[in-house]
Amino acid sequence: MSEQNSNQASDGQLGKQSRRFATKLIHFGGEIDAGTGASSVPIYQATTFHHEDIYNPPQYDYSRSGNPTREALEQYIALLEGGTNGFAFASGMAAISSTFLLLSAGDHVIVTEDVYGGTYRLLTSILNRLNIESTLVDMTDIEQVKAALRPNTKAVYMETPSNPTLKITDIAEVTSWAKEKGLLTMLDNTFMTPYHQRPIELGVDIVLHSATKFLGGHSDVLAGLAVTVNESLGRRVKQLQNGLGTVLGVQDSWLLMRGMKTLEARMNQSEQSARRLALWLSERSDIADVYYPGLADHPGREVHEKQSLGYGAVVSFDVGSGERAKQVLNNVTIPLVAVSLGAVESILSYPAMMSHAAMPHEVRLQRGITDGLLRFSVGLEHVEDLIADLDQALSK
Amino acid sequence: MIERDEENYRIESRLAQIGSVHEPKTGAINYPIYQATAFRHPKLGQSTGFDYIRTKSPTRTVLEEAAAALECGDAGFACSSGMAALQTLFAMFSQGDHLIVSLDLYGGTYRLLERIMSRFGVTASYVDTNDFDALESVRTPQTKAVFIETPTNPLMMITDIEKVAAWAKVHGILTIVDNTLLTPFFQRPIELGADMVVHSATKYLGGHNDVLAGLIVTKGKQLSEEIAFLHNSIGAVLSPSDSYQLMRGMKTLALRMERHQYNATRVAEWLLEHPAIDNVYYPALEQHPGYEIQQRQSSGNTGIFSFRLKNAAYVEPILRHLKLIAFAESLGGVESLMTYPAVQTHADIPQEIRDQIGVDDRLLRFSVGIEHVDDLIADLEQAIEAARVEVEG
Repeated sequence: MSEQNSNQASDGQLGKQSRRFATKLIHFGGEIDAGTGASSVPIYQATTFHHEDIYNPPQYDYSRSGNPTREALEQYIALLEGGTNGFAFASGMAAISSTFLLLSAGDHVIVTEDVYGGTYRLLTSILNRLNIESTLVDMTDIEQVKAALRPNTKAVYMETPSNPTLKITDIAEVTSWAKEKGLLTMLDNTFMTPYHQRPIELGVDIVLHSATKFLGGHSDVLAGLAVTVNESLGRRVKQLQNGLGTVLGVQDSWLLMRGMKTLEARMNQSEQSARRLALWLSERSDIADVYYPGLADHPGREVHEKQSLGYGAVVSFDVGSGERAKQVLNNVTIPLVAVSLGAVESILSYPAMMSHAAMPHEVRLQRGITDGLLRFSVGLEHVEDLIADLDQALSK
Repeated sequence: MIERDEENYRIESRLAQIGSVHEPKTGAINYPIYQATAFRHPKLGQSTGFDYIRTKSPTRTVLEEAAAALECGDAGFACSSGMAALQTLFAMFSQGDHLIVSLDLYGGTYRLLERIMSRFGVTASYVDTNDFDALESVRTPQTKAVFIETPTNPLMMITDIEKVAAWAKVHGILTIVDNTLLTPFFQRPIELGADMVVHSATKYLGGHNDVLAGLIVTKGKQLSEEIAFLHNSIGAVLSPSDSYQLMRGMKTLALRMERHQYNATRVAEWLLEHPAIDNVYYPALEQHPGYEIQQRQSSGNTGIFSFRLKNAAYVEPILRHLKLIAFAESLGGVESLMTYPAVQTHADIPQEIRDQIGVDDRLLRFSVGIEHVDDLIADLEQAIEAARVEVEG
């Protein structure tokens, strides 16, 4: 009994891991500064750290390699995702591009076909020149994933729900197959956040985030995060983060932690509104399609409910034509018409001209990204105001 | 907005005024920190010029334009660290490409090339970039760039930028200069023919050991567009608050560099006379082999130099006895820092190369701050004396 107690006392992380998510969000270890008792981690703006003794290097020596403020954030996201090591990067793309460099020339990766445009660009304009090959497949169908396997395949890269048509990949199905084949699995968990979906529990090796979105939540910090399933993978990502220098600044690290504290409250509210909005849209006869995993007729709903605790706050819908889409965009008064998503403010995006503009027209249509498709990131405004605003814009 | 003929201002004026007339709405003397990640489109298909923070953000843009102007380039790119700037730049190379690189190189750059870029088939040869026979002997049809540090770190070797850039141009090779140690206040490589300049702005440009940042400046439309694409795609960009912090530091660059140079010269001259010291490596000293080239291509000297002790046993006690000077990595800040390259900054470079260039266990690197020079000398004097007592008994 006393041994058990001392174990718990010595392993704070384990004790924290058994708490509920809302508690973890507030009591993650960085909420009290040991030196002063201050109610939040200080912003250590220092780039370098004094060595008392040349033969015993200090815990931190140079901020690119390690900084106390950034480290508090890194431990925070590792706790939330249930992984061993967390890493903070200058942007979501910095997290993704740095992690892809775990691969080497000659390696092949299987990627979900409606991957985020920035990741697509990285794979097809930069990593291809360094001889990393990729195959894009429809990951809602495991047979397509299996068919893409080559002798040099080293990794599988997932996004679920996908952007912008919210297709669902069965994470456990993919990871158990990947494990059999000895492949590394990576998953972009930006849309769900660890509050709604914890991919490491489903067998994923590395979870990635554009923390600019729901984790930060306020459209005011650009950041990326990565979490690894084990220490050995953690050491490899650490080498890349330090070697490439793609780290997050300390003020942004602090700002991101501040945003993350309210993640559960924000996600709850936004999701509730998103469900109401999706339902309202699906009942309209003048909307061709509504994409939201919470709707009864969403093809991936069953799989999504098996692996996630919520449906998220992004709803895509097709208003029928490019003409009408433009009309809606020019007439809404509450949501920001902009790129990005996952903020306290609602954001209405037009994938055909924004996030997926670089995609060839034909490929875009194949993926369901029609000229009439709009993506609504539901914020914290009152849902009836959002609906009334959308109603007037659709009626014009 | 006030119309200014900024190109005719001296560099001191341009530094002090970074961002000062860019805010027309309120007239604020300092440019605001735009923390926003997304920018509202006035109408569909219209943009204010800003869409998403990673691609372009107002505070970062003011910094990037200032950096480009100071380095006499066409475009500037702010990155999350000096290494992020290098990685972004190196991503322009493809499998099979070859680089020629300064032999005495920052350990982080060496690591990036040897542990990461090499896995993607980008290779590098390390030579004394002042030795044209050596340059010629390693050049191949796949050679895409020559990457120079001048002065090098820590041995302060000087490369003739103009000569190397002219040679590279003949062979269709890009010239890239790491200008961290001199900054555009003392040296402008693009004026000497370089195509690109890169900085760890964590050092002298920031100047206060409090912001991690990197900069790239490019010359020409094609290179500028290529780096803009990579900068956005790789996403290792500098945050708005750090961009502001860096500009704030740059406003005092001229004052600081003058003082760093004055202090470093005085301390180097003092050390040169000290019986415990074997040699001092500082290009401001006339006996330095690169003295003449340095005088010609730069208008001043950096604030760091290295010195070699006669006895390696002195190193540990000296570092332990220093009181004012901090024993830490990094350089270029207002505070003086002492570094032991063999175990700190250059630990990643193989022993064989370290021996060849002279980064041995007797070498210390001193980043001289802007404290009073007599206090710095007094601190060194007591630490060396305490070491002597411990070692010699």
